[in-house]
Amino acid sequence: MKEFLANLLLALTWAAMTGDVTEGSLLTGFVLGYVILYFLQDLLGLSLKTLKILPLVGLAAFFLRSLVAASLQVAYDVVTPRHRMRPGVIALPLEAKTDGEITLLAGLITLTPGTLVLDVSPDRRSLYIHVMYLDDPDAVRREIKEGLERRLLEVMR
Amino acid sequence: MKELAAAILLCLGSAFMLLGAVGVFRFPDLYSRVQASAKAATLGVTLMILALTIFFADFGITVSALLVIGFFCLTAPVAGHMIARAAYFSGVPLWGDRVTDELKKALEEQERRDARTASRGPDAG
Repeated sequence: MKEFLANLLLALTWAAMTGDVTEGSLLTGFVLGYVILYFLQDLLGLSLKTLKILPLVGLAAFFLRSLVAASLQVAYDVVTPRHRMRPGVIALPLEAKTDGEITLLAGLITLTPGTLVLDVSPDRRSLYIHVMYLDDPDAVRREIKEGLERRLLEVMR
Repeated sequence: MKELAAAILLCLGSAFMLLGAVGVFRFPDLYSRVQASAKAATLGVTLMILALTIFFADFGITVSALLVIGFFCLTAPVAGHMIARAAYFSGVPLWGDRVTDELKKALEEQERRDARTASRGPDAG
């Protein structure tokens, strides 16, 4: 919180000193302020660890790639006459613990075409997921755990 | 150039929307249909809004467009999840033979455990 306020203050300072208080200059100031704070955080006793840019970019890239790939797979099944799908429901053991982590993971899984979260187990230890192309349940489980969940937890923790 | 990029994105977006609609019509069971409608709409809307930001190239419009994409990605899966979940617990069957259904297995196990505790009765413990 302190870090965010400091960053905001730097952005306002930048806008005031350039004499141009618009969205663009505020955004530039915010980005510049973040860079400055990032290099000075040890000196100032602040911690910018709450915002992990690189893992976030990795998660976004991985998610977009699987979104496009899965969309094309489903689109192919829509336009070809025979259904190649084999739907099923699998249980995914969860590494994510808090409500926020589970909610975000469930949202990302549901956003990817071909997978849809049906339920969370009462003990919050597993997610039940409807999968459209379930040829090998263990392969699907591994893909979600090592792809989405690992990257999401890297960002969150 | 800008117009061309926007046009390509608009066509791609509407193509995904159309495929989603055909999918809702053609897919064999409720769950796959929910998937077709929710996911195709998400990708379609995202592409179309990206086309909008490229065409207008304006900071205010870009920010609100990104917000629309964000809110769409937050709400669309919730709707799909709720519909599919309600269907599952009202007993809508999955399509196909020899279906893997680990949720059904877990629910049956839970029921057996409940039955065992109930049959033991309140005065047994």
